[in-house]
Amino acid sequence: MGHERLAEHFLDLIRRASTILPPDVEEAIKKGIANEGEGSGAASTLKLLLENSRQAEEGSTPICQDTGSLLFFVEIGPDFRQKEVEEAARKASAEATAKYYLRPNAVDAVTGKNSGDNTGLGMPYFHFDQMDEDGLKVRLLLKGGGSENVGAQYKLPDGKLKAGRDLDGVRKCVLDAVFNAQGKGCAPGVIGVCVGGDRGAGFACSKQQFLRDLGDTNPDPALADLEDRLFTELNQLGVGPSGFGGKTTVLGVKIGKRHRVPACFFVSVSYVCWAYRKASMTIKGGEVSHD
Amino acid sequence: MTEIKLPVSADEIRKLKAGDEVSITGVMITARDAAHKYLIETDGPEVKEILKDSMIYHCGPVVKKEGDVYSFVAAGPTTSIREEPYEADVIDRYGVRGVIGKGGMGAKTLEACGKHGSVYLSAVGGIATTLARSVVEVLDVHKLEEFGVPEAMWVIRVENFPAVVTMDSHGKSIHDDVAKQSRENYERLLGT
Ligand code: SF4
Repeated sequence: MGHERLAEHFLDLIRRASTILPPDVEEAIKKGIANEGEGSGAASTLKLLLENSRQAEEGSTPICQDTGSLLFFVEIGPDFRQKEVEEAARKASAEATAKYYLRPNAVDAVTGKNSGDNTGLGMPYFHFDQMDEDGLKVRLLLKGGGSENVGAQYKLPDGKLKAGRDLDGVRKCVLDAVFNAQGKGCAPGVIGVCVGGDRGAGFACSKQQFLRDLGDTNPDPALADLEDRLFTELNQLGVGPSGFGGKTTVLGVKIGKRHRVPACFFVSVSYVCWAYRKASMTIKGGEVSHD
Repeated sequence: MTEIKLPVSADEIRKLKAGDEVSITGVMITARDAAHKYLIETDGPEVKEILKDSMIYHCGPVVKKEGDVYSFVAAGPTTSIREEPYEADVIDRYGVRGVIGKGGMGAKTLEACGKHGSVYLSAVGGIATTLARSVVEVLDVHKLEEFGVPEAMWVIRVENFPAVVTMDSHGKSIHDDVAKQSRENYERLLGT
């Protein structure tokens, strides 16, 4: 049934996430290189990103030393129990740390003590959805700290930005967040946005945008238009790769929405660096596949 | 590409200009938040001799231990601005000639670079495997137990470590230039 070796499957999932740059991200960086033009400083910085990722995959070493927070998004069928999945993922996180796929990254917020194995209160993070059919689908994001630090949440209307409670107001918030981030989130990044929700749901939804493929199209036409417009505008900011200047400040913009209460209009902006590490696995009838 | 050999003199460092690509060889030390606090609160007895005319690397590496030998597996730069409250004092007190990190630092550090003959260098954020390959030897580590792997002070020997001078000792900062240019673009796009 795939239960016995569950921790092993999780370990392989973590290894792939930490050491292999996803194909859609590689594609986006290559487009950036073409756009910047051969011989430019920005293009040579972007090439270093690809060279690093090639070396990481070849040696099974982390693409970036900040292997971030482990965020597991799990769709679970009736033949799996949430508890066994969490246990397997925790065991695998500790194992992956021992194998240097992950840096020990879980720090007690009061004592400052590092747990040494990437487990702790709320670490790893899990999000579960129930499926009707048997099986397990897991998507893992490794979200680095530098990029997490440049995320921001806005409350509309915003007088300073002259941003109202509409999509143009949302656009201004995203411009502001990416401008403020400069190169600090290891540009070029991918921007996940949520319009609406409460503060907690807003950030959760903004991060779920990172589960999408960079090449997909938003099913909501108004949001699809805003994604395109922001992609163009953010790349006109001039921050560029590593913040050294250039035309490639973001690799993608993905926007979701949540219903909100009438009194609140939050815009939550999450930033993920170019080392946008994600991997997935599906377990069905004892077979494991990657998609 | 300018070759820099550590230890390096203030005169050599003053020849560097913002925008110069450099390749660094020699012994340097990693230090981030806990280490900077420590360097200010004590006189850093374990590291002060090495720091003189050397460089600090803002990095929290992934480190492998085989027997008694450590090696760096992944070692890209971490965000430098967090050390802004400390760095000018650290440069002054220890005679540090270069600070390597990502994202740039502020006015206080830029001023200290001018005053003491030091530079801030950017390594490309996230290229951890490539940079770990230029760390050819881990010579020592301090405060490993107390600070943990990412925060400990690792004494490392690097060979041809690639970086770009982004803040020089003549008051020029590429980070300030990019921030200024992008602010103009931002204001235009915002329509305010
Ligand atoms: S922001 Fe991303 S690429 Fe940069 S150091 Fe952190 S995890 Fe690595």
